[in-house]
Amino acid sequence: MFKILSKTQLSAVVWEMVVEAPLLARHCRPGQFLIVRKDEVGERIPLTICDYDTEKGTVTIVFQPVGVSSEKFLELEEGDSFLDFVGPLGRPSDICDMSDEELRKKKFLFVCGGVGTAPVYPQVKWLHERGISADVIIGCRTKDLLFYEDKMREVAGHLYVTTDDGSYMHKGVVTTVIDELVAEGKEYNHCVCIGPMIMMKFCCLTTQKYGIPTIVSMNPIMVDGTGMCGACRLTVGDEVKFACVDGPEFDGFKINWAECMKRAAMYKTVEGEAKLRYQEGKTHEGGCGNC
Amino acid sequence: MGNVLERIPVREQDPKVRAANFDEVCLGYNEEEAVAEAQRCLNCKNAKCITGCPVNIRINEFIAKVKERDFEGAYRTISQSSALPAVCGRVCPQETQCEGKCIRGIKGDPVSIGKLERFVADYARHNGIVPTPDAPPNGHRIAVVGSGPAGLTCAGDLARMGYDVTIFEALHKAGGVLTYGIPEFRLPKDEVVAKEVENVKALGVKICTDVIIGRTESVDELLEQGFEAVFIGSGAGLPMFMGIPGENANGVFSANEYLTRNNLMKAFRDDYDTPIYKAKKVVVVGGGNVAMDAARTALRLGAEVHLVYRRSEAELPARAEEVHHAKEEGIIFDLLTNPVEILTDENDYVRGIRCIRMELGEPDASGRRRPVPVEGSEFEVECDAVIMSLGTSPNPLISSTTVGLDINRRKCIIADEETGATSREGVYAGGDAVTGAATVILAMGAGKTAAKGIDEFIRSRK
Repeated sequence: MFKILSKTQLSAVVWEMVVEAPLLARHCRPGQFLIVRKDEVGERIPLTICDYDTEKGTVTIVFQPVGVSSEKFLELEEGDSFLDFVGPLGRPSDICDMSDEELRKKKFLFVCGGVGTAPVYPQVKWLHERGISADVIIGCRTKDLLFYEDKMREVAGHLYVTTDDGSYMHKGVVTTVIDELVAEGKEYNHCVCIGPMIMMKFCCLTTQKYGIPTIVSMNPIMVDGTGMCGACRLTVGDEVKFACVDGPEFDGFKINWAECMKRAAMYKTVEGEAKLRYQEGKTHEGGCGNC
Repeated sequence: MGNVLERIPVREQDPKVRAANFDEVCLGYNEEEAVAEAQRCLNCKNAKCITGCPVNIRINEFIAKVKERDFEGAYRTISQSSALPAVCGRVCPQETQCEGKCIRGIKGDPVSIGKLERFVADYARHNGIVPTPDAPPNGHRIAVVGSGPAGLTCAGDLARMGYDVTIFEALHKAGGVLTYGIPEFRLPKDEVVAKEVENVKALGVKICTDVIIGRTESVDELLEQGFEAVFIGSGAGLPMFMGIPGENANGVFSANEYLTRNNLMKAFRDDYDTPIYKAKKVVVVGGGNVAMDAARTALRLGAEVHLVYRRSEAELPARAEEVHHAKEEGIIFDLLTNPVEILTDENDYVRGIRCIRMELGEPDASGRRRPVPVEGSEFEVECDAVIMSLGTSPNPLISSTTVGLDINRRKCIIADEETGATSREGVYAGGDAVTGAATVILAMGAGKTAAKGIDEFIRSRK
């Protein structure tokens, strides 16, 4: 059992939990993920590791409930426990293997949106701890969905916040900010983008235009997360990769986005039915014809 | 008593009934049936059956005890050699092992050794008989990676010898393939697998779930923590695909995924949250036990199921009993057939599969006749899901994080056949991690060998 030490609502739809998991905390590195299961009947949900404290033995997760299993996470309060909390999984970010000298040669740009803002944080922090400042763009639909602004500002070189509806700071999407920064004469040679698939795709189209190599972090459907089921396979270049053992980070220019987006929708109907069953109970049995 | 040349038939759930439930297919012998079947054993002086058993159970001895109705004694005899008799009695390919060597089989049916083993193990379980260690604790700590058949066997054997054994399991439940792979209707999880795991624990073995060696901790860290030896029984790994067009379409699954969702994650039960793809017509590709398991699972979830295999029936690698059961339940076998493309609709969901007819040519390296495509014989089959059951390649998590651990061309860990020793001192390995995908009993045999190897290693250090 893995005890929840704190539970915080970060935005209208995003939650943060700090969980006691000393063994994991000791081995975590930026870019990795873990698998969480609330209880015996729950699914194994892959979540990116958002922060970790080796001394306190804690790992921070940030999630936006999308299916029944992650929605049920919200039933848990401070002091309750997850049944399973396993990892770290996947390969650490490339930056973890770079020497300080290599790192200093890089001009980093991080682009994040939605719940993807959280896993960008440990990478920017890692660089900050090594004296390297990275620029960060956070994009969100509207101000209510923004989180980690102050936290990110503490570790980032420059922080740019943009909202689709202009309700806060810059108005527009992340790619408009990239365009503007490049137009201003800013130079980057390493971009990391984590967020909704559609955002990562368009970010890559933009950075490709400027020749900035871009790494993305994929979060496909998974079951075991250890390389056993193959559910998380995706096409990178002309190879089929498993996100759980080969990733989760890949060269964004080589990803077959159309395939990834379709695969992510595979269980939509089944998930939708389960969600209705969870929200409305047995009343929905038999189906409404819409689900 | 009936004809002595024929075995006592075993009771099974009716095929029509069982095709719609996940309850165990085979109901096993009762006491009378078991004793009657045991009478058929000739108790050969030079019992050939033992040589056919990868863990060398003293088969004639345990059967002699069944004859005398000393079922507890029979259990004690079996458990000297096997930590998982209730499992082996259900999933071993007996026809090519013990029963394949049975003298009775020359003229008539061989003795139903598997069903007798199952009966004895079930009797012990129902009567609270558990295995006991042979030696007092010796204080030496051993780590075992993986709680599948290889790991459980190795741990059980070492615990019997007095070792202090801890198993590390990556998933949330112990059992490895017995839990995530083999379906409930062939190997009940709570009733059989969990109880066998309890028996291993009763010998003093500790099991830590949710610990992925190679990630949560490394083999080196285990050695630093004072484990004097490590056994790697991490099992098979990444599922293989064919590399044909359409394989990443929605509705194409590895058998591993399909079975894990259903067995470990219990998608077939309404009270579990796990989603599973509800298909109307499923094509399973492959001819092994895993293919049979996937096909029969899809059938129980309500689909019409075709099994596509590129060779003929004689070459099917699955156990005879599984093929027989699958046919009885209504799985349609499309043999000498190989997929060439998976067809998709405009949303990238599976709508069919294009196959080609095959014929058997000259024998290949495996000694089986090589299947060759018949030119111009391509045809399409409509379906909405395809399950690929083509075997697995080893998981790189441990080999890539353990310095000095040699692997072969196929990325399997290299281990000495006689001792299980790897290229790293104190590190042993066995099971699918070494051989690539094989059977439960072969993995158990390897676990047993390694337990002996580890014992000799520790003794040599004293």
